[in-house]
Amino acid sequence: MKLLLRGGRVIDPSQNIDAELDILVENGKIASLDNNISIQEDDTDKITTLDCTNVIIVPGLIDMHTHLREPGHEYKETVQSGASAAIAGGFTSIACMPNTNPVNDNRSVTEFILKQARHADMAHIYPVAAISKGSDGTILTEFGDLKNAGTVAFSDDGQPVTNSLLMRSALEYGYSLDMPIISHCEEMSLSAGGSMNEGFVSTELGLKGIPAIAEDIMVERDISLAEYTNTSVHIAHVSTIGSVRAIREAKQRGIRVTSETAPHYFTLTDDAVREFSTNTKVYPPLRSEKDMEAIQEGLQDGTIDAIASDHAPHSSIEKDVEFEYAASGIIGLETSLSLSLKLVDNGIISLNQLIEKMSTSPARILRIRKGTLSVGADADITVIDQHKTWTVNVNDFCSKSRNCPFHGWNLKGKAVITIVGGVIKYKEI
Amino acid sequence: MKLSKKNVLGIRDLSKEDINLILDTAESFVEVSTRTIKKVPTLRGKTIINFFIEASTRTRTSFEIAGKRLSADTVNISATSSSMIKGETLTDTAKTLEAMNPDIIVIRHSAVGAPHMLARLIKQSIINAGDGAHEHPTQALLDMLTIRNKKGKIAGLKIAIVGDIAHSRVARSNILGLTLMGAQVTVCGPAMMMPRDVEKMGVSVTYTMEEAIKDADIIMMLRIQLERQNENLFPSDREYAQNYCLTDRNIQRAKADVLVMHPGPINRGVEIAPDIADGVKSLILKQVTNGVAVRMALLYLLAGGE
Repeated sequence: MKLLLRGGRVIDPSQNIDAELDILVENGKIASLDNNISIQEDDTDKITTLDCTNVIIVPGLIDMHTHLREPGHEYKETVQSGASAAIAGGFTSIACMPNTNPVNDNRSVTEFILKQARHADMAHIYPVAAISKGSDGTILTEFGDLKNAGTVAFSDDGQPVTNSLLMRSALEYGYSLDMPIISHCEEMSLSAGGSMNEGFVSTELGLKGIPAIAEDIMVERDISLAEYTNTSVHIAHVSTIGSVRAIREAKQRGIRVTSETAPHYFTLTDDAVREFSTNTKVYPPLRSEKDMEAIQEGLQDGTIDAIASDHAPHSSIEKDVEFEYAASGIIGLETSLSLSLKLVDNGIISLNQLIEKMSTSPARILRIRKGTLSVGADADITVIDQHKTWTVNVNDFCSKSRNCPFHGWNLKGKAVITIVGGVIKYKEI
Repeated sequence: MKLSKKNVLGIRDLSKEDINLILDTAESFVEVSTRTIKKVPTLRGKTIINFFIEASTRTRTSFEIAGKRLSADTVNISATSSSMIKGETLTDTAKTLEAMNPDIIVIRHSAVGAPHMLARLIKQSIINAGDGAHEHPTQALLDMLTIRNKKGKIAGLKIAIVGDIAHSRVARSNILGLTLMGAQVTVCGPAMMMPRDVEKMGVSVTYTMEEAIKDADIIMMLRIQLERQNENLFPSDREYAQNYCLTDRNIQRAKADVLVMHPGPINRGVEIAPDIADGVKSLILKQVTNGVAVRMALLYLLAGGE
């Protein structure tokens, strides 16, 4: 089985490539990346040629922060439906957070998720295991055993690690095993009971607010811990001006901190909550205009390394209720790329930076051999039509859930072909 | 004249004209409640459901009396008698009520935005009788009626609102209504009780009683929810009273013709001294009386009105 992608603009930040090139895929690997790859006459039947004129070919996109809800909450999402949503959104690899039921805090759950992923046979699935048993913040999980089982990172995402000694140990042990620690930064005593950002909008609505400092304080703590222990830390879903400032300054001082943000934090503000649509309820909450601008600047200057959707499916059972009682979360796998392309359209980041943040950097942070189109690499490829316009319709989503605040939005740019391991998994041209 | 809105979800949605129309209409209903036979046939054959998911005595009674004096059939559903304690969602309960074809649903709910959610789901008119710390539009309307009635106007008056502004729907609705009608509003309380950026709502902020009341034409005291002590909002009711209780002593520093309001129920000796609450400057019971008239006006404008 051979694939030839002909005539596309290839952008691969891992090799500093931005040129019109052909790509030949053979046996699931990148066999050649060159000008006008010629094929022999007797080969033509065995080769599928994809005309890629006017589209962009990039290393398969990686979403390093999703929730697939399996095991335990299969009515919201399964590995199968989540992986389908991934390829529809242009993602060839996704990492899934451990807040399932049971929590992914031991080898058997990790192995189960990987088994479901093989069965689904869509995008590559990389399980993130819990930092603490049951993600309850008391005892470390068996990092070594989990790593051997196929875990790529550790996080108690959904819950902060409030115990600083435990976080210190996690950073040190993760560093010893060359495994990333992903921190959900939240000072719970400040955020408790809140359902939106604390600011003028929460004041007008009378909703209890979650102040930006609930995030900032924990980001500062984790940076201090990483600096003191000479380890590294990855900050999940950055949403505040304070976090961006702290991470920027830490990077300048040479501290090994990386970070990600989600499309809703650079697209929406807390103003979106005014209509009380529970699809705008998310943790961390949608912040102010100033925060949104800071996130965009952070993406621009490299303070924020990655864009991850924090795809968090919830059903109508959790969402069709009073705002304060609704579960937090937004699904993002099928809108993430298009919303991020808006940043390119608006001149905030370059296309090259975008691919870096959605493929090269996540691969580097997760230490996975992905995010490149170099010869010999796995043929995980995303083809993007930068000019294709489409209207978001949640009813067309592959995800089982519909909690998306962008329903009805007209977006420009979309993944049109998703190739995983040399096999076309998604195609709409 | 008709209201510009099908629902009364908050003062935010009302225009100046709407508020004047409601207050003028209420003015004409004040008299009905003073008759020996306190009933007019205006809303005969109309059904009003008072859907109170959060406990309430005065507001619910006021709505019920208002409906009955207009000859509407009123039905009360409270939290304990509703099927919501059996786990039914608000959405399902609302659709069930809608299917019985009432004309107006009055809702009180501890969750912000619940009336707005209902309004999106069902076709009947919704009146918000208080949603969390968000809005309490009928309270603000009855307060404005009382102020207009006693002072002859609202525009240009200086009004101090004192207490836990952050958690008060009465404060929010009154700030919106009074500033819209041209009054100058000052809010007062300890900083923990001030919501962030409240000055952007067009009010002045002060942390001392003296400052708040010195030029005020109206002092509006808010109820302190004593259970909030657990949230470190204030150290003790004694300490709160020492700083923010309206007493004979501090009211002497106010204007001679200052009037005092409180939405009730009052904590005597915590936010207001008994002799002030019961004194000549107090409008507290007048507010309750006007509450019936304002609610009659709203029911009439939404269900009758032709």
